[in-house]
Amino acid sequence: MAPRSQGYKLKIEVWLKEGLVDAEGKTLEEALVDLGFPIESAKAGRVYEIILNVESREEAGEEAERMCDKLLANPVKDRCVVDIIE
Amino acid sequence: MVRVAVLRVPGTNCDRETARAIEEAGAEAFVLHVGQLERGEEDLMNYHGLVIPGGFSYGDRIRAGAVLAARLGSKLDEQIEEFAASNRPILGICNGFQVLVELGLLPGFEGCRAALAPNESAHFECRWVWLKKTGSCDLAIGPPLQAMPIAHSEGRLVFSSPSCLEKAGSAGLIVYRYAKPDGSSADGEYPYNPNGSQGDVAALCNPSRMIMGIMPHPERAIYNWQTPLRLRPPAGLGIFRALISAAERSL
Repeated sequence: MAPRSQGYKLKIEVWLKEGLVDAEGKTLEEALVDLGFPIESAKAGRVYEIILNVESREEAGEEAERMCDKLLANPVKDRCVVDIIE
Repeated sequence: MVRVAVLRVPGTNCDRETARAIEEAGAEAFVLHVGQLERGEEDLMNYHGLVIPGGFSYGDRIRAGAVLAARLGSKLDEQIEEFAASNRPILGICNGFQVLVELGLLPGFEGCRAALAPNESAHFECRWVWLKKTGSCDLAIGPPLQAMPIAHSEGRLVFSSPSCLEKAGSAGLIVYRYAKPDGSSADGEYPYNPNGSQGDVAALCNPSRMIMGIMPHPERAIYNWQTPLRLRPPAGLGIFRALISAAERSL
């Protein structure tokens, strides 16, 4: 019997690459300092939670990388961090 | 008569004035919804030029231009490839520039990719800027220094490596760079370079010189009444005249 596909929950974070000015992170940092928080630094990124129907955890990781390349990130400026939660 | 298609999708908001600018420059303009092309109700090859206008396609979700580029790249890739291969001009204005970069049509040379990252100023920049012509492209005719309005929050052009910027510059593909009012280089200085774009790039052409992306809005610099007194006469029509001249070759 062929293995049945199952849902894998992915958490994909997209961050600006090091070396590029993270203007939103900088604004966040300044605003938090204004509010009195003892901030050393802050970064801004995006997070996506995706449930994917595939046959294995390995395939889920590969598909997540493909999603990053094709849509979620532009590799020129972004880096993806993939976490297979469950 | 030259027929130019202006592509619209949910979130496009500069299609009407772009169509009007094309007509003002002497061609017929047709606003097409991407769905009409996907369903086969319209064929891109019935047009001599294509403009992807400004706006916020799909609400700029994920990344400006990314969703439309994914849709064009997955459903209309053959039509666009055929269109470009037949040497018909493609102009991307603002959000259209972001789409062309995301599609990989720009910069369009081997081993180089680009992205339009969020402005370094961390906010939406909506004002007139100065542009200096520093390259040549079939889609750009105009004075060596001109003012044009911008309206974007993701306009910082970043190349995949410094050599790509150099390559584009030495090949004359950086058509316009942000400049100071006296025509000297902005050299990355804000507010003259409004977004932190590498090499002050405001407009970029591909090596065939028939695909151009421009962050400023030439369609908003057509009439005197669109233009502040101190910046008249407006020079945006030159871009559309150039587009039509290039399109005429496929008549």
